[in-house]
This record gives sequence, C-alpha cells and structure tokens, in this order.
Amino acid sequence: MNWGVMIPLIIFLAIVFVVGFWSSKTVYAKSNFMQEYFLGSRELGGLILAMTMIATYGSASSFVGGPGVAYTEGLGWVLLSMAQVATGYFVLLILGKKFAIMARRYNAVTLVDYMKVRYDNSKAVVILSALSIIIFLFAAMTAQWVGGARLIEAITGLSYTTALFVFAAAVLVYVIIGGFRAIAVTDMIQGLIMFAGTLILLVATVIAGGGMQNIMTELAQENEMLLTPFGHDGSLTPLYVSSFWILVGVGVVGLPQIAVRAMSYKDSRAMHRALIVGTIVVAFMMFGMHLAGVLARPILPGIDEPDTVMPTLAMTVLPAWLAGIVLAAPMAAIMSTVDALLLMVSSAVVKDVYYNYVNPKATEKKIKQVSIGVTSVLGISVVFFALSPPDLLIWLNLFAFGGLESAFVWPLVLGLYWARGNKYGALASIILGVGSYIAISVFAPEPFGMHSVVLPVVLSLIGYVLASLLTSSKQSHTMETS
Amino acid sequence: MDWRFKVANREAWIGVALAAINFLWWYGFAYGLGSGPVSEYQFIFGMPAWFFYSCVVGSLLMIILVIIVVKFFLTEVPLDEEEDHS
Repeated sequence: MNWGVMIPLIIFLAIVFVVGFWSSKTVYAKSNFMQEYFLGSRELGGLILAMTMIATYGSASSFVGGPGVAYTEGLGWVLLSMAQVATGYFVLLILGKKFAIMARRYNAVTLVDYMKVRYDNSKAVVILSALSIIIFLFAAMTAQWVGGARLIEAITGLSYTTALFVFAAAVLVYVIIGGFRAIAVTDMIQGLIMFAGTLILLVATVIAGGGMQNIMTELAQENEMLLTPFGHDGSLTPLYVSSFWILVGVGVVGLPQIAVRAMSYKDSRAMHRALIVGTIVVAFMMFGMHLAGVLARPILPGIDEPDTVMPTLAMTVLPAWLAGIVLAAPMAAIMSTVDALLLMVSSAVVKDVYYNYVNPKATEKKIKQVSIGVTSVLGISVVFFALSPPDLLIWLNLFAFGGLESAFVWPLVLGLYWARGNKYGALASIILGVGSYIAISVFAPEPFGMHSVVLPVVLSLIGYVLASLLTSSKQSHTMETS
Repeated sequence: MDWRFKVANREAWIGVALAAINFLWWYGFAYGLGSGPVSEYQFIFGMPAWFFYSCVVGSLLMIILVIIVVKFFLTEVPLDEEEDHS
C-alpha cells in the first residue's frame, strides 16, 4: 500500500464525510421535510448550483473511462468530449426561469411532481416517469458504484469487496441523513477537487512528456491518425462524433438528476452566476482530462486496460502526495454522481410513488421515516448489486443516460414552452423514447452511423407533437403556460 | 401572459442560439482544418491547428459569449409567486 497516495485520499474522504454530516443538521430544523430533504428548500446559491450540476454530471466516465478511450483514439475523442461544454449553459438556459417559476407554482419537489401537475394528474405519466427513473438510474448508480470501488481497489490494493464497502461507507451516511443539502455542499468540495485534479494532472503530463510539441511529434510517429479528428483507425466519422451532441450535450436537459437541480436555486442571480461558473468549469474539466488521456500515450505506451490509464498516469507523472490529490478527483466525481442518483431514485420511490399513491395522508413524521428508510435500503442494495460487477462501465452508464433523455427531453421542454402539449403527448414521448432506445441499442445499434440515442429522441419528439395535436380537441388545456 | 414568461422564453432561445454557435464553430474548425493530410497540418502551441481552434479557442469563445449573455441579455425576475399575479 502506498501511504503517500493514501493520505490525501483519506483526508479527502474524511473532509467530505464531516462536511456532509455537519450540513445535515439543517435538514431537521426546516419546517417542510420533503422540500428540504429532496430539494434543499430551493436555497442554492450560484457557485454551489454550478458545482452540484457539474459534479453530478461529471462521473466515472469523465475521469476514468473517457481519458482511457482518448488514450486509444487520440485527439478525435477529445473533440467528441467537447460536446459537453454545452451542458454548462444549455440546461440552465433552456429550463431556465420558466422551470424554476413553474416548479414553485406547482410546489414540485421532484421532476415527476412537475410532470404530474403539468399533465393533469395523469397517473400513467407519473408511474411511467417514476419507473423509468428508478430503473435507469439504479443501473447507472450501480455502474458508478462499481467504478468507485474499482478505483479504490486499483489505488490502494484493497480487495474489490473491501474497497466497495469503504466507498459505500463514505457516501451513504451523509446522503441518508443529510439529503439534498448535504449532497450539494459536498458536491461543492468535490467539484473543486475535480477542477484542481484536472489542472495538476494536465500540467504534470505535459511536463513529463517533454512539452506539447514533443508529445505531438511522438504521437505522430506512432500513428498520425491520433492527431486527426477521425480516431486512431479513422472510424470516428463527423456524423458519429456530432451525434454525441445529443447524448452528452444538449440532451442532458432531459436527465432527471440534472433537471431537478434547475429547480433548486434561490433566485435569478444564482442562476446567472451558475451559468458562467458552470461553463468555465465543465469546459476546462472535460478538455483537461481527455487531453491528458491522449498525452499519456507516449509516456505510458502499451496500456491494454483503458480504465487504468488515468490512475497509472497520475502515479507515474506526479509525486505520491500530489497523485493522491489528483486521484481524489475521480473519486469525487463518482461520489458526487452516486449521491445525487441515490437521492433521485429515493425521491422517485418516496415522493412520486409512495406519497402520491400508496399513502397520500402520510404525516410529516412518517414521511421522514420512509424517506430515510428508503434511501438506506436503496443504498445498501446497490452495494450488493455492485458486488458481482457487470462489465462495460461506460456502456451501462450511457444506456441509462440515453434512455432517460429519450423519455424526458420533450415532455419537460415542450411541457414548458408549448401550451398544446398534453398528457397523451407525454405518454407517447416516454413510451416511444424508452422503447425505441432499448430496441435500437439491442437490435440495431448506431443506425446510420449515429449514436443510438439520436433516433429515439427524434421519434419521441414526433410522438409528443402528434399525440398532443390529435388529442387536443378532446382535452382542453387549462394551464396558463403560454 | 406573465411578463416573466416572456423573459424566460427569450432566454431559452438565447440558449438555443448559443448551442448553435458552439456546434458550428466546433464542427467547422475541426473538420474544416482537420480533414487534410497530417503532413500538411499547421501547429499552434504544439497542437494541431484544427484542435487548437475547435477545442481551445472554441471553449474560450463560449465562455466569453456566456459572460456577455449573462451581463447584458439576461433579466433578473422574481421566481416566487407575486401577490398581484393573475
């Protein structure tokens, strides 16, 4: 075990734990438990809003999987990853003030709450939305959890099982007792670590490789395709790379764990500040981490397992204690994603299913018990799922992303801006989106050379518009959305 | 219509416009400059020109545009319901 690396990591985990624990105090002082536990009472300021959005979005694939692929593909993969810069401003501008205003008017705590009121209390919309969130985000969470444990395993040499329990212990406690506020506050620390880690690693890698020019020359000598936008074997077509703008760029609007953050901010000023901070941080992080993956190639030739590129690079080009800080970054990225996913799934179970349909008369005390109980049970069960880990980390993660985006982008965005959109449209959108995404991913992946998510998003749009128009005579719309 | 929604609609369109500019810049420089043979690549700060303009300058451009939009085009509105709201 390398204590030089371990000590910064242990300090990081301890800080997150203490801060999460401390910020959970507020939770029990607030009058409305559910608003506080699942949404932090809509009190987030600008900096914390930016950080929690980015930290939630930035995950194992941004810090471990992505740089690993970039190592293999070259600069073309950095180009692809830059589609994510759009997430820094697009989500907040598109959902924007309208979503924040409507969510307050509807008194919505979850994304599904918003859909419920917007779509005339349709039971089908609520149940389908809640189910999609529970199933897909549970899968995504398991993948992230596996990633977290693998990373601890790789760094410390602990067994996978031990690593998993260390990771679980560090995350579960503050999420279960502290809810959204603890997550947002720890996301702030995790976001800063992610930023600092990226900066340190990128600079150290350029220096270790003898300067940018030198590294590029060596890359060109090995395989000049590494310097092109087309990938190491020329297989990254412009269409394929551009199609990632849907998956990891503009489509992120439809991710419930991100969208819910767009209703958590305090005032317009917080949103304005978050736009600037968010864009800067996400652009730098995605650029830095993926570029470091490419630049690692001449320094560490012949790595077969892409997921090990980033940890190996950090431990090669940095002194142990700095490597510890840099390796805290992917850990932070994973923690800040799983905590948000866990609470999101829990809110879908507690608020959207239990409180809506099982026990609408639940008292404040009962809600408190159920919320904490469900979060604990979900957290512990995901750990057990992660014990026999499924492979293909990125794939599983992207599968969940694509499914949720196909389901929610249009019911959410057109629900805000198109008054004629109705519950039939939303249902058609969710069913078509999720159904066609699964079918295409399984039976005919990447149709026409685009990522599998593109067609389902288009089908989901057509479904929403057609179903809304065809039924709009039957259903007179009462909401003043226009 | 609630005046705040006019503001919100306008800002959503600004978001769409920003993403469109972002995409065109990113695509144009990457494939415009990067499609030729590698032997003819120009290099800036050690990086291929397509990469420098598309990824480095493109990100800086977006950051500057977002700052301009926030400073000059976004409007502060109250998010809670007002008493006289109708």
